[in-house]
Amino acid sequence: MDLSQAFSTMAADLPAIFSMSVVTVAGLVMILQESLSENDRPIPWIGVGALAVAVVWELVHLGDPAGTAFFESIRTGGFASYINLIVLGSGIVTIILSVPYLDHIKHAYGEVYAMIMFATVGMLMLGTANSLVSIFVGLETMSVCLYVLTGLIREDEGSVESALKYFLLGAFSTGFFLYGIALMYGATGTMYLPEMQGAVPEGSIMFWAGVALFLIGFLFKVSAAPFHMWTPDVYQGAPTPLTGYMSTASKAAAFASLILVLFYALPDERWSLVLSAVALVTMIIGNVLAVSQDNVKRMLAYSSIAHAGYVLVALAAGTTEAYAGAMFYLLIYAIMNLGAFGVMAMLEWDGKEGRVQSLDSLAGIGHEKPLLGVAMGVFMFSLTGFPPLGGFMGKYAVFAPAVDAGLTWLVLIGVLMSAISAYYYLRVVVVFWLADAEDTPEAQAASRSFVFAGIPVKATIALCAVALVVLGVYSGGLLEMTFGFFEEGMMAATP
Amino acid sequence: MEVALNWYLGLSAILFSIGTLGVLLKRNAIVLLMSVELMLNAVNLTLVALSQSMGDADGQLLVFFTIAVAAAEAAVGLAIVIAIFRRKLTVDITEINLFKF
Repeated sequence: MDLSQAFSTMAADLPAIFSMSVVTVAGLVMILQESLSENDRPIPWIGVGALAVAVVWELVHLGDPAGTAFFESIRTGGFASYINLIVLGSGIVTIILSVPYLDHIKHAYGEVYAMIMFATVGMLMLGTANSLVSIFVGLETMSVCLYVLTGLIREDEGSVESALKYFLLGAFSTGFFLYGIALMYGATGTMYLPEMQGAVPEGSIMFWAGVALFLIGFLFKVSAAPFHMWTPDVYQGAPTPLTGYMSTASKAAAFASLILVLFYALPDERWSLVLSAVALVTMIIGNVLAVSQDNVKRMLAYSSIAHAGYVLVALAAGTTEAYAGAMFYLLIYAIMNLGAFGVMAMLEWDGKEGRVQSLDSLAGIGHEKPLLGVAMGVFMFSLTGFPPLGGFMGKYAVFAPAVDAGLTWLVLIGVLMSAISAYYYLRVVVVFWLADAEDTPEAQAASRSFVFAGIPVKATIALCAVALVVLGVYSGGLLEMTFGFFEEGMMAATP
Repeated sequence: MEVALNWYLGLSAILFSIGTLGVLLKRNAIVLLMSVELMLNAVNLTLVALSQSMGDADGQLLVFFTIAVAAAEAAVGLAIVIAIFRRKLTVDITEINLFKF
């Protein structure tokens, strides 16, 4: 490699990491503000401002042709901008929801928002990674920040227990992931995804063992069965708005990265069977175990496992349409889950991150807080996949290409499992609206001192609900756009 | 004397297995942390050996990142272990069992 031009090349590549730079600098400014000034009030809004600037930048670049930057380390163009938008948008929603929530539980530290920013940087890198090195760095930047955020409420044993479980299992899976990278590198001699495909020696056990270990690491991060065991415990014990962040942005980034890996490095029929099996088990475990949950956060954790299964159906299909559908689904899923966790954050009364309060204790809450009740209704119907909401279009977008690819049996199971999911999702709506607080002893015993949801929070939650309705009715353009990302030429292997 | 690549790979595979078994069999959270570090360092050995034998710098580049990540993970992990020890006065993972199915 000729390095004499390295600096001018890197200077020319700087726009590719504009979002990452802005978010990083804002995170550092937020830490300085926290330590140097007594006034913590502006810290979250510095973060929201920086994320909003990055969102505008990515919106402008949504139509760019695909390319790579920094010696092919990261991808640029439409695909990268799209996944960055999901991550940045989730970040904004999370910060807005966290402000009153953390005030309420008296843990409003400025560092929390800085950690959210740094986790976002990791996700931005992960979702656009073009080499195994950037995937690893992005994934770990994200994970380490998320371990800290999980254990935020260190006086509560539930929170620290969640953090310990997340950390130990996460670090364990990192070991496998890294060993997978090392073996893939050893077999092919390259770290770059597009070069890997042609460089696999015939019948190389080293390469396939490496890919297996690599996939274990990824499946752990997206909480696919049988590597899902940490998910319910971590989601239940972590502060609720941050749980929403973990379950949406980190999964979207990890899935986007997995799609890039499958698209460039492993376009092999053999993976279809493995991923189908994982998708099957994930959908069944997620949906069946969610049915018996009494705690809404734990139920949503199992539901997020189930939704990872739906996305894996598309990845198992492995066609361009399926990948496009999966990208579309990630957006819809992010909106639904951020909204659902946001509502649950605002309906928390137990002072223990909502891990001990039962669903019944919220009986009739819809009449008391109509906006949150209606929004929760939209999220639950959308998660079930009712037309004409966004969730239906999302499920259609992942299931239809899978049928075309010959995975009809898997889609049948998926639809059957969606039917089961209607039970536990709609039960939330029933308790919120049709149950009577007077007749429910648990609701009588509950203190019901909720977080005060101000205008920004209400506007954010309402916006999520409206977005789902709009995306359900009008989604053609978006689906076409995600499809365009994978078209010939748009995803040129090398610039 | 040149040591063959396979010896390095074999050694790192053994170290990785020891680390994995440590995570699976031990109960003390600190020992688990040490086992995970052993796994990461075993992979570092693989990467350096492969990188050296192929004459390609990318593997060694990743090792630098891995070292940094391992340090960050150790810092965060120990902080979490301290937080849990303050609450429960134990770091035995079988006694950390608040969440059930």
